[in-house]
Amino acid sequence: MRFLPTDEQLAFVRSLDALLAAADAPAAARAWAGGDHAPGRELWSRIAGAGVFALAVPEAYEGVGPLPVELALAFVELGRHAVPGPLVETVAGAVLVAALDEPVLGKRLLPGVASGGLPVSLHVPGAGPYALDADAADHLLVVDDDRDEGAVLRLAAGHGPVRASGDPVRRLAVPGAGGEVVAAGPAVAAAARRAACWARLATAAQALGVGLALLARTVEYVGQRTQFGAPIGSFQAVKHRLADTLIALEFARPLVHGAALTLAAADVAAAKTAAGEAAYAAARTALQLHGAVGYTDELDLSLWLRKARPLRDAWGTPAQCRAAVLEGSSAADA
Amino acid sequence: MDLTHTADEDAFRAEARAWLRAHVPGVPLPSLETREGFAEHRRWEARLAADRWSVVSWPERYGGRGADIFRWLVFEEEYYAAGAPGRVSQNGIHLLAPTLFDHGTEEQRARILPPMASGEVVWAQAWSEPEAGSDLASLRSRAVRTAGGWLLSGQKTWSSRAAFADRAFGIFRTDPDADRPHRGLTYLMFDLRAPGVTVRPIRRLDGKPAFAELFLDEVFVPDEDVIGEPGQGWRIAMSTTGNERGLMLRSPGRYLAAARRLVELWRARADPSDTALRDRVADAVIGARAYRLFTCAAASRFAAGSEIGAESSLNKVFWSEYDIALHETALDLIGPEGEPADGPGEWAEGFVFALAGPIYAGTNEIQRDIIAERLLGLPKGRR
Repeated sequence: MRFLPTDEQLAFVRSLDALLAAADAPAAARAWAGGDHAPGRELWSRIAGAGVFALAVPEAYEGVGPLPVELALAFVELGRHAVPGPLVETVAGAVLVAALDEPVLGKRLLPGVASGGLPVSLHVPGAGPYALDADAADHLLVVDDDRDEGAVLRLAAGHGPVRASGDPVRRLAVPGAGGEVVAAGPAVAAAARRAACWARLATAAQALGVGLALLARTVEYVGQRTQFGAPIGSFQAVKHRLADTLIALEFARPLVHGAALTLAAADVAAAKTAAGEAAYAAARTALQLHGAVGYTDELDLSLWLRKARPLRDAWGTPAQCRAAVLEGSSAADA
Repeated sequence: MDLTHTADEDAFRAEARAWLRAHVPGVPLPSLETREGFAEHRRWEARLAADRWSVVSWPERYGGRGADIFRWLVFEEEYYAAGAPGRVSQNGIHLLAPTLFDHGTEEQRARILPPMASGEVVWAQAWSEPEAGSDLASLRSRAVRTAGGWLLSGQKTWSSRAAFADRAFGIFRTDPDADRPHRGLTYLMFDLRAPGVTVRPIRRLDGKPAFAELFLDEVFVPDEDVIGEPGQGWRIAMSTTGNERGLMLRSPGRYLAAARRLVELWRARADPSDTALRDRVADAVIGARAYRLFTCAAASRFAAGSEIGAESSLNKVFWSEYDIALHETALDLIGPEGEPADGPGEWAEGFVFALAGPIYAGTNEIQRDIIAERLLGLPKGRR
């Protein structure tokens, strides 16, 4: 047992962190929220260049995957830096298409994702009415019906009006009917289940990154903000709330890593529950400890604050995930 | 990154499982916080020790198996999965023994560790005083130099297991003129039946004498029972509390087993439409897995040569709060039938025990200060 990232994995994380830190992702996120996808797509192509999307794509389609551990580590960084766009959906869409292993379809979609960072949106049954960032995506994958015989995968021709989420960077639209049917039958249902599992894992990792960023920014702020003649970070009420935030995030982290190793449904659901709840709690703490200035759109903190709640619910609400934890918890394995 | 065990570890697990299956009592022992239960738990320690299972991580010459941290984790998983009894010797094993390994002499280790491993001598801790709890460095009990040793006087309190234990260890003020409160303290061991010692058991919330006050009146301690140099007691004791809060005090196996029992209880008794209770059961499963994996990561860092430092405070707050939530959930599942102190599944007794977790081994308030200042780098302030 060596339940720690390898040196190679750490080097990968460091280089991705450096790339994102230099790229001004917050500016790209704000442009994205305003409907200008150009800076975001430029950022995506650099993320693809760093090899992130290739982690979900098999070698047969010009990727290096599947490498779920590296993918989870990368998604923590994408969350920490508030990268905009349908990151989870692109990875899950790639996993879905790769799982079908139909060469024509695979070669049509996957190399562009792996090497070019072309955004994909994805909608599956049971995930609510909306697809994320369909207006920015090169492909909108839609799975209709997830029962074996009825399952159909199509490339939707369009989508309904775009609506901002509580996080304006997340843009929601109902997929259009019709479009090209590219696969059908039990293989689609199985591939959709696999894709949903990866989506849940990637969302958990992204949420963990969002929570870590919120904590780091808040720790910095309370060290500088002075009231009653002392930094507010020297007061126990503030310290203890931040300590609890760190505890929740640091106990979610190994669940995310462990889920990436096993990809078992219960493990992924446990990771999603813990990371989603920890990130949301971090957002509540960050807002409270920043006070009124935290309650503004202008402060970049808002980019992370507003993402924590939707990520908590995306690809498995806490209630769905907790139910999945117990379904997968046999007497032999708690 | 991997979570796999080696073939050797798997073989070790199989050996431990077979031994436990053959030896764990079929009926739970009486509470170890009673005179009768204490004696039975002491006999269980002897049973474990006879086949070298009482202190697997210690070197063989003191009664252990020289097991590394991963084997220790494996043993603990098997121990609790088997429903084996609580460990009456845990204060000695988890607090005093690590101190002796780091700061004791070979003579002390050879004299003290084997009878600790067999349960022949059960140790109690003597840290807190009536006026020195979280602010332990303000303690007043003193040790005065005399021919061949020291004379202890003063009062210690909240001494776990002292009602029935044999010996105790703690820190005492040996230099009242030292310039700062945590200088001038010395780490000493003493006999709870020595002349001048009065033990007054204290009943905890459920009435069981789980701890005691110690009144000390010129109790003689020979020089051979001083650990480390006189005046170095604070530094030595802090390395002990690091161990207490760190990896060893509460093993993941304990909570994996408890969460498994909770899921069984839920499957047997729960109303499936009660999703609020279901979510709390799920959180217990998630928490046990999180604690296990957190510990695996910490053990991996430890095995790679890192110290377990302030991060042990994360660990302590997590398990102590987790333990209470787990027992609350079990009692809510059982309902009024769970009210008797000896109610089903020992959940009621476990609940009372869990309630003390956020208080002992450094209160959770102190732990959160440590987390905020040492891990997050926040400025020091008034407590």
